[in-house]
Amino acid sequence: MKPFAYVKPVDIGAAVAAGAAPGAKFLGGGTNLVDLMREGIEQPDTVVDVTGLPLSAVDDLPNGGLRIGALVRNSDLAADRRVRARYPVLSQALLSGASGQLRNMATVGGNLLQRTRCPYFYDEASACNKRDPGSGCDALDGFNRSCAILGVSDDCIAAHPSDMCVALTALDAVVEVTGTGGTRRIPLTELHRLPGQTPHIETDLAPGDLITAVELPTATGNSAYRKVRDRASYAFALVSVAAGLQIENGAVTDIRLALGGVAPKPWRARQAEQLLAGGPADEAAFRRAAQAELASAAVRPGNAFKVALATNTIVATLRELSNEGTRR
Amino acid sequence: MTITPRAMGVAVDRFDGAAKVRGEARYAYEQPVDRPLYLYPLTAAVATGRIADIDCGAASAEPGVVAVLTYRNATRTAAIEDGELRILQSDEVAFRGQFIGGVVAETSEIARHAVSLVRVDYEERPHDVELREGRGDLRVPREVQPIFPMDTAEGDVDAALASAPVRVDQTYTTAWNNHNPIEPHTTIATWTGDRFTFYLSTQGVNGIQAAVAALFELGPDRVRVISPYVGGAFGSKARPHADVVLAALAARLVPDRPVKFALTRQQMFSQVGYRPPTVQRVRLGADAGGRLVALAHESIEPTSKLQEFAEHSTRATPTMYAAPNRRTRQRLAALDVPTPTIMRAPGEASGMFALESAMDEMAIACGLDPIEFRIRNDAQRHPHFGLPFSSRNLVACLREGARRFGWDGRDPTPGIRRTAGWLVGTGVAAATYPVLRLPGSMATIRVGPDERYTVLIAAADIGTGTWTALSQVAADALGVRVEQIDLRIGDTAYPKASNEGGSSGITSWGSAICEAADRLRDELARHGGAVPADGLEVTAAMPENPHISRYAMHAFGAQFAEVRVHAEIGEVRVRRQLGVFAVGRVVNPKTARSQLLGGMTMGLSMALHEQSVFDPRFAQVVTQDLATYHIASNADVGAVEVHWIDEDDPYVNPMGTKGVGEIGIVGAAAAIANAVHHATGVRVRDLPITLDKLLPAA
Ligand SMILES: Cc1cc2nc3c(=O)[nH]c(=O)nc-3n(C[C@H](O)[C@H](O)[C@H](O)COP(=O)(O)OP(=O)(O)OC[C@H]3O[C@@H](n4cnc5c(N)ncnc54)[C@H](O)[C@@H]3O)c2cc1C
Ligand code: SF4
Repeated sequence: MKPFAYVKPVDIGAAVAAGAAPGAKFLGGGTNLVDLMREGIEQPDTVVDVTGLPLSAVDDLPNGGLRIGALVRNSDLAADRRVRARYPVLSQALLSGASGQLRNMATVGGNLLQRTRCPYFYDEASACNKRDPGSGCDALDGFNRSCAILGVSDDCIAAHPSDMCVALTALDAVVEVTGTGGTRRIPLTELHRLPGQTPHIETDLAPGDLITAVELPTATGNSAYRKVRDRASYAFALVSVAAGLQIENGAVTDIRLALGGVAPKPWRARQAEQLLAGGPADEAAFRRAAQAELASAAVRPGNAFKVALATNTIVATLRELSNEGTRR
Repeated sequence: MTITPRAMGVAVDRFDGAAKVRGEARYAYEQPVDRPLYLYPLTAAVATGRIADIDCGAASAEPGVVAVLTYRNATRTAAIEDGELRILQSDEVAFRGQFIGGVVAETSEIARHAVSLVRVDYEERPHDVELREGRGDLRVPREVQPIFPMDTAEGDVDAALASAPVRVDQTYTTAWNNHNPIEPHTTIATWTGDRFTFYLSTQGVNGIQAAVAALFELGPDRVRVISPYVGGAFGSKARPHADVVLAALAARLVPDRPVKFALTRQQMFSQVGYRPPTVQRVRLGADAGGRLVALAHESIEPTSKLQEFAEHSTRATPTMYAAPNRRTRQRLAALDVPTPTIMRAPGEASGMFALESAMDEMAIACGLDPIEFRIRNDAQRHPHFGLPFSSRNLVACLREGARRFGWDGRDPTPGIRRTAGWLVGTGVAAATYPVLRLPGSMATIRVGPDERYTVLIAAADIGTGTWTALSQVAADALGVRVEQIDLRIGDTAYPKASNEGGSSGITSWGSAICEAADRLRDELARHGGAVPADGLEVTAAMPENPHISRYAMHAFGAQFAEVRVHAEIGEVRVRRQLGVFAVGRVVNPKTARSQLLGGMTMGLSMALHEQSVFDPRFAQVVTQDLATYHIASNADVGAVEVHWIDEDDPYVNPMGTKGVGEIGIVGAAAAIANAVHHATGVRVRDLPITLDKLLPAA
């Protein structure tokens, strides 16, 4: 690990100023950043610990939504009664991630910005455009089981690993960011970038931009998170589905669908949503919508199975939600 | 002669359990030493080639760095045979990740950072890492256990196969697996004047002592090895590996200062061996009555160019079934990879996956229940050696397992049981493991007038409970209570002992202790039956077992599994595992159950999860952490039931034990694979059974 300076500001202005300095990095729970520093993948000169900032509250919003401080720990958010009652998809997604110990440490802000688990990104000796721009991509013809199939480029096929983000994306979450130029609000669907030719640039955030909160609009209807992985617990998603579904008289009145494990960012499945909206809530429609969403998939031999896996998982999740809907 | 069980058979709590859960047990790395230094290794970034240049300037200049170790300043070691240990003797690189140097510093952080400042230029050579049938250079391995020939042949297999009315001919593959004990390999090495002292985590202090003594050309009395507690090993700590040598070389550079060295989890994937992947072809021929007429089992595996190691995957096959025509063949390809090594049931775990999957396929082809099919083909005498078994209870295990598992009435039709979207299936497989005794153990027993018995033997307890069980053996050997025994292990200051391995600990060390106890009785008799005021001491070596040439000695077992496979998504969940074993006398039901249960769990992990993904372009395992190398999590393990049948075997050793450390993993993967087939109709012959292999089309 490269030697670094450590500061722990107690107000947001000081944190932003410290974070804007060249070579500075914010530290939340440290469950991702510290690992990357140990391996030499991240080499900050200064680590700005933000856990002393007053950003740990979950508050009700006047419009019925929820405002989640950036430092709320993943475990606490998953256990929050309002989240469990109104946004079950979020609680389920959080609980499906990592392990109890990690969730106790991990913060909302850190979870949003956690980096890919592509194995070549973690191995300093291999070529990786994300870690070392222009060096190539060893995942293309290597072990790419975990890699993405939607929104990828020839320069990078890494998947975004977060479960929480998939649920937040389905919920139309908005991220509040404070930077040197003030505070702004970014829809989560616009926070992360697709890799294109610059996979090392992962978000639209500038140096010093501190995530302070995530806001959720009013909850709509039934929602669920289904995660598929290589063991029953403590593994990243091969494919995950966050879905919200409302049905009236057999027709879909509200549909939200987001995918994890298949794209470089939490993937809002707009095509599938458009096909489903207003139409019948039946198996055939679910499958048509899922297939349409996956039609543009660009697969490698090691991850080609994800097309069928994602399709079947979408169908199974929507079927389950629609059954629950009818049971009520 | 057998000893009377009084302490044996009692579920004594582990003596070291309380200290371990309280954090009071000091492992090797935690031993208090004066002014320690810390070592961090420099590893090769190419698979093969030579070091063209190495620049240690920046690293040496770092404050806190005490020494930078490379082949240029390393002690020249003797040209011993084990190439894995001959590190830092030249500019050659033999595999990616090989130790090529290290930094010794005042803190571990400084050492690690300084290593990143060392600049190495390589002349890289192309590497050869492809394991496949049809390579021209496949060779027969040297025999590790001379009693088990690498190749066997009886009768005319080809003719029998050609004329058999029912045939199975399939290829099965198993994955590269890495050991991941909770405690990685750790060493504290100190060189003082003319001798080494090591605290380290090992399955055998004497093996380390011998290797270091040979490498540094020292008398063994100048190499002291102490291994107080061991946080798991699974075979990775059975043979000495390069980590010990690197620590010793570093210690030579900084006399009188203890050098502490702990491998990182990532380094565990290249430094301490692994279970090699296998490609196995099994051919079976049966007659119309479901009797095997021919059986052929061939396996190819990789080894390194540095040091030969063969996982003897076909070893169990000639023990299992009576087929008049049989052939086993074992072949190795020497590649530019790290050296594989022993991993829990080396050979049996991989080989019995193939054989017992094929047996399931054959039972189905014959239209027979898989248990009935195995019973019909059970061997009465050892098929290869022609000897009677000292005891063989495979059939009893199968029957008892079937009864407990609820096998009767099982509909063999695959793919027809469904509950809430999951397909349900059950499977069975047989298990076996030989009763091994390793040579070279001695034990000393001291007794004082207070009737306390100190038993000294340089044995190892790697977390299995051997310490406790061996004390129970000593108590019965001496005819005293277990509380009177003070067993000391894990130090070369004690009489030497064979390695912990091959489920041979109780057999080998226990036999030595029983022999010493006999001698002590003789001594006591000579003193009129009373312990003299200054006590008595005897030392004895493990005696020969005269029955070995007259009987084949093996443990057996039966493994059952019930699985659910998600019909749309392919996820596999093992709801139940049940094992019944015939392992001779069970010395301590509590620790033995843990061993068998742990083995079965590891078998589940092997079946569904474990896979070190090797990237041939870089000759490297890319899944080198526990986030990407999956072992079964708690949520993956369902109900695990462990049973054994009463088995009285007077021939194996004075205790009547057969060993329990390894047989639990044997057959577990096949039982699960067979259950997956029963659930889905899909036969997965390639481990691990991941969901993509069972996923239906969209
Ligand atoms: C073994 C393992 C398994 C895991 N499994 C899963 C899983 O199954 N599913 C899953 O979703 N996740 C998983 N994770 C990842 C885990 O969720 C993340 O590591 C965690 O959410 C990161 O949060 P943190 O607070 O620790 O972030 P940190 O490590 O502190 O920071 C991560 C990044 O966010 C930046 N950052 C932190 N806070 C802020 C802020 N307020 N504003 C701006 N930038 C900020 C940091 O600079 C850094 O770049 C796993 C992690 C591990 C180690
Ligand atoms: S997929 Fe992206 S992260 Fe992975 S190696 Fe390629 S460039 Fe790097």
